[in-house]
Amino acid sequence: MSEWSKALAGSVAPVEASAPTLSGNRGLMLEEPLLFEQDAPGRSGVDLPPPPPVADRLGVLRRRGPIGLPGLSEPQVVRHFTRLSQKNYGIDLGIYPLGSCTMKHNPRLNEKLARLPGFADIHPLQPQSTVQGALELIDTLARWIKVLTGMPAVAMSPGAGAHGELCGMMCIRAALDARGESSRRRVLVAESAHGTNPATAAACGFTVDPTPANARGRVDLGALRAKLGGDVAAIMVTNPNTCGLFEDEIVAIAEATHAAGAYFYCDGANFNAIVGRVRPGDLGIDCMHLNLHKTFSTPHGGGGPGSGPVVLAESLARFAPLPWLVHDAKGFRLVEETSGASAQALGRIKGFHGQMGMFVRALAYMMSHGADGLRQVSGDAVLNANYLLARLGDVLTASFPGPCMHEALFDDRFLAGTSLTTLDFAKAMIDEGVHPMTMYFPLVVHGALLVEPTETESRQSLDGFIAVVRGLAERASRGEVAPFHAAPGFAPRRRLDETAAARKPVLRWRRAAGSERDAAE
Amino acid sequence: MRYLPLTDADRREMLAATGADSVAALFRDVPRDVWLERPVDLPHAMGEIEVERALGRLAAKNLPAGAVPSFLGCGAYRHHLPAAVDHLIQRGEFLTSYTPYQPEISQGTLQSLFEFQTQVALITGMDVANASMYDGATACAEAMMMANRLTRRHKAILAGDLHPHYRATAATYARFAGQSVVERRPDPMAEDDLAALLDGETSCVVVQNPGCFGHVRDFSALAAACHRAGALLVVVVNEIVSLGLVTSPGEMDADIVAGEGQSIGNPMGFGGPHLGLFATREKFVRQMPGRLAGQTGDADGRRGYVLTLSTREQHIRREKATSNICTNSGLCALAFTIHLALLGEAGYVRLAEINHARAVAMAERLARIPGITPLTPSFFNEIAVRLPRPAAPVVEALAARGVLAGVPGGRLWPERAELADLLILAATETTTEDDIAALAAGLAEALR
Repeated sequence: MSEWSKALAGSVAPVEASAPTLSGNRGLMLEEPLLFEQDAPGRSGVDLPPPPPVADRLGVLRRRGPIGLPGLSEPQVVRHFTRLSQKNYGIDLGIYPLGSCTMKHNPRLNEKLARLPGFADIHPLQPQSTVQGALELIDTLARWIKVLTGMPAVAMSPGAGAHGELCGMMCIRAALDARGESSRRRVLVAESAHGTNPATAAACGFTVDPTPANARGRVDLGALRAKLGGDVAAIMVTNPNTCGLFEDEIVAIAEATHAAGAYFYCDGANFNAIVGRVRPGDLGIDCMHLNLHKTFSTPHGGGGPGSGPVVLAESLARFAPLPWLVHDAKGFRLVEETSGASAQALGRIKGFHGQMGMFVRALAYMMSHGADGLRQVSGDAVLNANYLLARLGDVLTASFPGPCMHEALFDDRFLAGTSLTTLDFAKAMIDEGVHPMTMYFPLVVHGALLVEPTETESRQSLDGFIAVVRGLAERASRGEVAPFHAAPGFAPRRRLDETAAARKPVLRWRRAAGSERDAAE
Repeated sequence: MRYLPLTDADRREMLAATGADSVAALFRDVPRDVWLERPVDLPHAMGEIEVERALGRLAAKNLPAGAVPSFLGCGAYRHHLPAAVDHLIQRGEFLTSYTPYQPEISQGTLQSLFEFQTQVALITGMDVANASMYDGATACAEAMMMANRLTRRHKAILAGDLHPHYRATAATYARFAGQSVVERRPDPMAEDDLAALLDGETSCVVVQNPGCFGHVRDFSALAAACHRAGALLVVVVNEIVSLGLVTSPGEMDADIVAGEGQSIGNPMGFGGPHLGLFATREKFVRQMPGRLAGQTGDADGRRGYVLTLSTREQHIRREKATSNICTNSGLCALAFTIHLALLGEAGYVRLAEINHARAVAMAERLARIPGITPLTPSFFNEIAVRLPRPAAPVVEALAARGVLAGVPGGRLWPERAELADLLILAATETTTEDDIAALAAGLAEALR
């Protein structure tokens, strides 16, 4: 201890952390009103010249009356969003172990490259002769994806994982229609699947039939076989699944599915566990989406944008949506209409050609790692998860015996008799400066805590996380429940009333009735 | 590998803690006949220098629109982005956060989404907006699906001048949902009498304003006709700057607005990621797709924000959800919110006025070129003209001279020979007098 800190320790009285301050601020944690509450009419953070006088060509459609947007200067806007940013947790701050979300480091090189004018400042409908580099990049990324998955074709346009699912299930539906088997309408969806799987199947006009898990946390092959029949269009299975386990009977699952005349959709959300070590094409799957914003590290940005390319077996490839990318003597070319080879293509599922900005980032990530590095990625991701499983298994309750894949699943049995829930435990982690794991998912165990550290966490980071979780678990087991119920107490907000939010939704700001600007109107 | 923190010593010690004797042993559930013993056949790891060089080489093969006079539009527009926008969205707390599942430590994302929803509702003239969709085309398809749910009808009428990618996307979604669409013929000269097509089966009419040929139209009468027939009016806006000057869909009594927000805050980026906007009436909110941020209070009574009405969504309702959407366009929405905050009311309106003025200047200049027939009498920042010959080779010829002259009809409607002579051109605040002169000179020469 330095002389200085000794002096401080002697002279400063401890404060009650929740004691109110005059301003409501707490040191660097600054309260920030809404943009709309900082309005001065006429003020702007952008200087634009007055428009040259012209004869209006709008017809009668000139907007009347004020819109209601607030006027702020640039310094106010910069300060506003900087203050807001400080109320957010991000992977840049620490471990973000959301299971099945794959929150890994986002390399800044990828951000830099995506912003090159040659990628960011090109128009999707420029003459194709002026965007050959962009088309080559998409083609190169498609090749990497095909080699890594061992699949012959890939549709690049889906906007995110769930959109990729939609694309894949549409291809399956189109293939069944082409086979004259439109009566196949039932889709078997594993119980542990993400909610997007059943929602996607329903959006494609299928009915959803949940398939149970066995005692080992995997698809129950016997039950699946019993459900397969002439009306089954497809099965949807996540592998590795959301219990963090590899579906060890996957080849048999694929064979049974194909024998029944159905297709095998694999949800690739958890591809990070096996990238470079297992090719889904070798497992007998027909179709799988990849989340470039998971395995290939494009940033999540608080909820997107994502990108969800879908790999397709030969039997489905001709149904892939437009546009297609082909390479001939004249270079790269987009096929944008259904004719000839593309006669059976789905048509479009989105505007333009896919999430180019995400493609640049994902390819930069892949090239940085290379074939060898990507293999190391899955190895380290699985090692990190198993290290957590080993070091937490005696204080939490693991739902299934290890080894696990890239994520470790615990349930709430360790909280039995403490009056605490998974939610309380998660909120206490927030006070310790750690983002909680995924809570209450998958639904196949009670009070799930699904932990996915990813390969970009260091040993020190994992040990810090382990210390927090162990400490909290021990505190809970000693019956010290008060801090859990009160948590979080040190976050920008304490627990928020979600019930009230849903009962009487306030989904936008409105000017208070009778305010000054109302009077002026 | 620079992104992997574990050392070999870490790996050895951690493996020992797991009780496994090798990393491969951790993968023991993988059947051996599908286990790869060696890396796949792809290049090996590269340093920053090599990656930057390789991708820089690809970038250099493209012609950035900002390097030359550019008049491309049709759903993606080149606007000036204030420097603060890109700086702020790259703050790691925004860039590297997930969907705000833990609201106490996600107030930055949630408050900015609440502000985004408010901004979108204000400019579209609607009651409520969601936290974004993938892009305008998917927002349009989801609007149609929502109208089908609300009316329990299954036929949507799509206007002829709806962007062809939006039409195609809506048609794809409808086909697989067992619903139907009536697609009107695209014709820049005809004003479609859409009201005459309404019948008891019609769930909605989907129109675009400004239309894909640039026309701005008043859809108030169509809205009234839709409502009389028990149908809804969906208005697509894919140049969102237009709403600074043009009557909003809300003022025309639209029921759902599906928009493309790229123009504010986001680069064209070869078509993605863009920003789907989705707004509707309060009474329809429980049938909305996508995420919604809502205001509430915390345990100390302080104002805060959460994701709300999740019982519409896939992670709760599974196959009964209003949509399968999960990840949307969060960071693009943040960029939109920052840019629109910078503009404010005064800046937004002025931006729209400048766009219109530039387009008027462009239209007047092109009208003087022999052989060019203007087709759009009233417009915002985009017009269609007819050339005396197919437009695609003309556009190629001008690109070779360093002018991106617009979108040829054949690119958007490859199956419609009658639109091959069409050229659609947009002007924005980035368009200069010199740009217009270069365009006019290039076209005059190409058509001589």
